[in-house]
Amino acid sequence: MRQIAIYGKGGIGKSTTTQNLVAGLAYLGKKMMIVGCDPKADSTRLILHAKAQNTVMDLVRELGTVEDLELEDVMKIGYGDTKCVESGGPEPGVGCAGRGVITAINFLEENGAYTDDLDFVFYDVLGDVVCGGFAMPIREGKAEEIYIVCSGEMMAMYAANNIAKGILKYASSGKVRLGGLICNARKTDKEFELVSALAAKLGTQMIHFVPRDNQVQRAEMRRMTVIEYSPEHPQAQEYRTLAEKILNNKMLVVPTPLEMEELEDLLMEFGIMEAEDEAVVGVAEAAAK
Amino acid sequence: MSHPIKKVEGITKESTQEMIDKALEIYPDKAKKKRVPHLAPNEGEGACVKSNRKTIPGVMSARGCAYAGAKGVVWGPIRDMVHVSHGPVGCGYYSWGTRRNLMSGINGVDQFAMQFTSDFQEKDIVYGGDKKLKTLLQEAKELFPLAKGISVLSECPVGLIGDDINSVAKASAKELDIPIIPCNCEGFRGVSQSLGHHISNDTIRDYIIETREFPEPIGPYDIALIGEYNIGGDAWSTKPLLEECGFNVKSVWTGDGEMEKIAATHQVKLNVIHCYRSMNYMCKVMEEKYGIPWIELNFFGPTKIRNSLRKLAELFDDSIKEKVEAVIAKYDPLMQAVIDEYKPRLEGKKVMLYVGGLRPRHTVNAYEDLGMAVVGSGYEFAHGDDYERTSPEMPEATVIYDDITEYEFEQFADTLKPDLIGSGIKEKYLFQKMGIPFRQMHSWDYSGPYHGYKGFPTFARDVDMAINSPTWSLVKAPF
Repeated sequence: MRQIAIYGKGGIGKSTTTQNLVAGLAYLGKKMMIVGCDPKADSTRLILHAKAQNTVMDLVRELGTVEDLELEDVMKIGYGDTKCVESGGPEPGVGCAGRGVITAINFLEENGAYTDDLDFVFYDVLGDVVCGGFAMPIREGKAEEIYIVCSGEMMAMYAANNIAKGILKYASSGKVRLGGLICNARKTDKEFELVSALAAKLGTQMIHFVPRDNQVQRAEMRRMTVIEYSPEHPQAQEYRTLAEKILNNKMLVVPTPLEMEELEDLLMEFGIMEAEDEAVVGVAEAAAK
Repeated sequence: MSHPIKKVEGITKESTQEMIDKALEIYPDKAKKKRVPHLAPNEGEGACVKSNRKTIPGVMSARGCAYAGAKGVVWGPIRDMVHVSHGPVGCGYYSWGTRRNLMSGINGVDQFAMQFTSDFQEKDIVYGGDKKLKTLLQEAKELFPLAKGISVLSECPVGLIGDDINSVAKASAKELDIPIIPCNCEGFRGVSQSLGHHISNDTIRDYIIETREFPEPIGPYDIALIGEYNIGGDAWSTKPLLEECGFNVKSVWTGDGEMEKIAATHQVKLNVIHCYRSMNYMCKVMEEKYGIPWIELNFFGPTKIRNSLRKLAELFDDSIKEKVEAVIAKYDPLMQAVIDEYKPRLEGKKVMLYVGGLRPRHTVNAYEDLGMAVVGSGYEFAHGDDYERTSPEMPEATVIYDDITEYEFEQFADTLKPDLIGSGIKEKYLFQKMGIPFRQMHSWDYSGPYHGYKGFPTFARDVDMAINSPTWSLVKAPF
């Protein structure tokens, strides 16, 4: 069983990419499980065709204690026999979402959700590794492979680099490794080259460049993955290619995160940022004229 | 059921039910609905009440937490280990030595009954406490090189911020070459201390058992005493008693316990369990994994001790049976002398119990040996299997209560007018203010031991002392 965690900047398309990727692997005949580690609980809706399901924490709240939960109450089966669980958690601004992730994963382990027949378990993790709870999926004995979803946008690359720093901490004490960057294209300038270059600096690879295509949105509106909605569409083929690349990926590395300056140098190198000129920093466009 | 049905004059199913209904009257509907299944007249068999459920908000409950179950009950009593309360200072400090699980040895040399804590501060919450834990473990090893191991017992915040104590423990164990056991027993987990017992048993299973072997060859009479915590020196009564009967008690779990002996317990021939609730998990593990049978015994009061020893002897050869009979013959007259002294003053007195793991059922017969009757009993954190074991011990139709609230307890005491209440520190002053004699039955109230033949005279003296103290005739409660 390979356990894989997907990280990336908020809104970058982690859940969409993960579910299409999982569908791609299921399409290849693999036995899959997705564990959504995000209180928004939207990591499985394209696989289940359902907007919301009973999350682990929803039921804990209802029943009072996690000990009263049964696995079948929280595990649903979706496209390609994929097992789906959402950790769930509090609404924004209250409680502790990180603990929700810990509680949910402990529950799955104690109740035998990780069956031997599974080929892959995917953890779709909220945004950045903000606290110990969101590092739970990459603790020892869990996911040993991480993919970071990013794009050519500056902030997405910053986030990817930050996540690589988090991975470095865990990689140095354990077995977790970075498998690559998945570029979820936003059609920014020189995106392919830029993300490839970032990957190279991090010591990893851009495992696949997923082009931007509205077919993803059309499928999402139907609460489906592209692979299920339009298996013949070129975009479906992109996700199947990604699936195959991950299936065969042997390049698992301890990342070498960049310093902020190096990252800016990289952006300059590709002409995204002007050459170093402290005079322009903090000067508004109108004032500069 | 073959047990004799005991009766208490004036107590019927109807009278008990009426008392329960009356006590519940004051509750709002929702709370009442939740409490109803936890209170019932004893039916003589099966679990009469629902248990192991979340305490309802707003009531006063005597329950503890998972950390209490791990630190206070299972891990804490192991004397030759350093037990770290990982988190802010309070949990460790206020659970320091309060259970009266006594220890032999020299403090700092082969016994570490000190308060070790990582003393979390604001910055440890924000930046995580893993580094601090690593430093602490190193310092503990340097300061106490003779400690046989270290347990890391998580307090609430550690679990909340998601510190990975398991990986710190693993790395430090290797670096320091000492067993380090991470125990994720955050207080907010589970409904009571019971989950702490379970989690701790699991850590013994995962980190300790089978990691050592006894230096000497194993003999046919090698047994372990499980769920004996040496409260007020209990183990110093039961262990010699079993030895007098011809057994080698290879390890005691965990009262005055030694890490390496506990770790080698997979080699024994039989596990004798006293506190079923807190250690049945490991007995079952050892049965499944190593084929070690286990037997549940009761060392409170001469009747139960006699029955228990005979039940135990049944599993062994004639030499043991002879020794057991000789032991019984030796102690029976001594115990009879105790009964002869105290029974005249205690005959017919009524007791209510509300305690923890095993005492609400195991001590019932010890009171009966003294001519007394238990008219109500219940547990803080029991499960269904505990209540199943309780029904046959209790007199017919007496009230059984689970996670009783202070209010219900007060109401029942008001109706039943017991001569003695045996419970904990949280109940003590309430009932003493009501003018009811009280003994702490968690800690033996600065006394003990109460287990075994050595314990019974102390038990009888203490009960007599409480009930027949002239103090009670001098005070009159104004309410």
